[in-house]
Amino acid sequence: MSSPLAALFLREWRVARRIGGSGAMGVVFFLTLVAIVPFAVGPDPNLLARIGPAILWIAALLATLLCLDRLFQADAEDGSLDLFHLAETPLELAVLVKCAAHWAATGLPLVVAAPFLGLMLQQETMALLGVVATLLVGTPALTLIGAIGAAATVTVRRGGLLMALLVLPLTIPVLIFGVSAAEAASGGTVPFDAPFAILCAITLAALALCPFAAAAALRYLGE
Amino acid sequence: MVLDRLSFSLSSGRALVVTGPNGAGKSTLLRALAGLLPRAGGSVGLAGGPPEAELPQQAHYLAHSDGMKAALTVEENLDFWSAYLAQTPDQRNRTVEAALGVVGLSHVVSAPLGVLSAGQKRRAALARLLVAFRPLWLLDEPLTALDRASRDKFAAAMREHCAQGGLIVAATHEPLGLEEAKELALGSAG
Repeated sequence: MSSPLAALFLREWRVARRIGGSGAMGVVFFLTLVAIVPFAVGPDPNLLARIGPAILWIAALLATLLCLDRLFQADAEDGSLDLFHLAETPLELAVLVKCAAHWAATGLPLVVAAPFLGLMLQQETMALLGVVATLLVGTPALTLIGAIGAAATVTVRRGGLLMALLVLPLTIPVLIFGVSAAEAASGGTVPFDAPFAILCAITLAALALCPFAAAAALRYLGE
Repeated sequence: MVLDRLSFSLSSGRALVVTGPNGAGKSTLLRALAGLLPRAGGSVGLAGGPPEAELPQQAHYLAHSDGMKAALTVEENLDFWSAYLAQTPDQRNRTVEAALGVVGLSHVVSAPLGVLSAGQKRRAALARLLVAFRPLWLLDEPLTALDRASRDKFAAAMREHCAQGGLIVAATHEPLGLEEAKELALGSAG
C-alpha cells in the first residue's frame, strides 16, 4: 500500500468494519424504521405503495446520520486528527477520503438493502429501481453534508443530537429531489430525468464544497 | 496569553528539554510549534529544509494521545502511518518491522492495539516516529508509562536521530537520557 490516500481509505474501512460493524448497524436501523411504518400508517397496500419511496428515503437519511457522529470525534480523541493537521496531505483530501470510506462501509449497504425493504412496502419493479438509483446517487451527498455537522461538533461530548439538528435542514434539497425522482420512476406526471439530474448536481456540488467546509471547521475547532 | 517573550534556537543535532511545573505552558509551546495553536505574534522557522515545506510538515508531534486505533493491529496502525507520513523517498526511514524492533514490540505485531498495556501502546506510538523521517521531533511527555529498558532504547533512538542531524524539543519532568540537551525552564521568573 503505497499511496497515502489509499492507506487512509483502507484504515478507515478496517476500523468501520471492526468496531461494532457500523455498516450492519445502519442497515438494521434502516430495516427497523421501515418495518415500523406500516404499524403507524396502517397496512393498506395502496397507501404503502404511494408513500414507500419517501419512507425509504427518510429511513436512509436517519440511518446515515446515526452512523456519522463519530466520523471525526474518534480521530480527535485518539490524537490522529492532530497528525492529519500536520501531515503534507491536505486536510480536505483526508476528509474526502474518510467520507468515501464511511460511505462505502455504511451508505452502500443501505443502497443494497433498499430494494429488499421496498418489497415490504409494496413497491413495483420500476419504483424499486428508482429508489436504488436515487439512493446510490443521493447517499454520498448525505454523508458529505453530514461530515460538516460531524466536523462542527467534533469537540462536543455526545454531539450526535446536535449534529442531527445542524445537518437535517441542509439535507432537505437532497430529500426533495431524491424522493421526487424515485416517485417519478414508477410513473406519474413528473419526468424522472429532471429531478434525478438535479440530485446528481447536488451530490457533485457537495463533493466539491463539503470537504472544504468540514476541513475549515476542523481547523477552526482545533485551535 | 500563555507564553510571552519566549525565544530559543536549536542547531542541528541538538535536543531541547522544556521543563516547568504543571500548567507552565510546555504542551502549549509544543502545540504552537506544531502549528496546532495560533500564535499571537512572533515567528518560528526551520532553516535548511526544503524551501516550500512548512515547519509542521517537517515535524513529528507526539502528545498524550498516540494517534493509534485500538481496533487495528500494531502492524496495521504503523503501516498506515508509514504510508501516510513517508510520501517521498527521502522521508522513508525504517521499515515497520525495524521500527518495532527498536522499541521492542516485535512479538506483538499482529495483536490489536487495544489489548496492549499502556507502556506497550506508548512504545507503538514511539515507533511511529521511526517509520517516517522528520527533522524535528516535538515530544510531549514521551516517557510516560515506559519501563527502564524501554527508556534506554528510546534514548538510544533519540541519540541516533540527533546524530543524523535531527532536532528534538521535548517537554518532560523526567530525565530523557540525553547528556548534551539544552534546557528551557518555563514558568520561572525568566
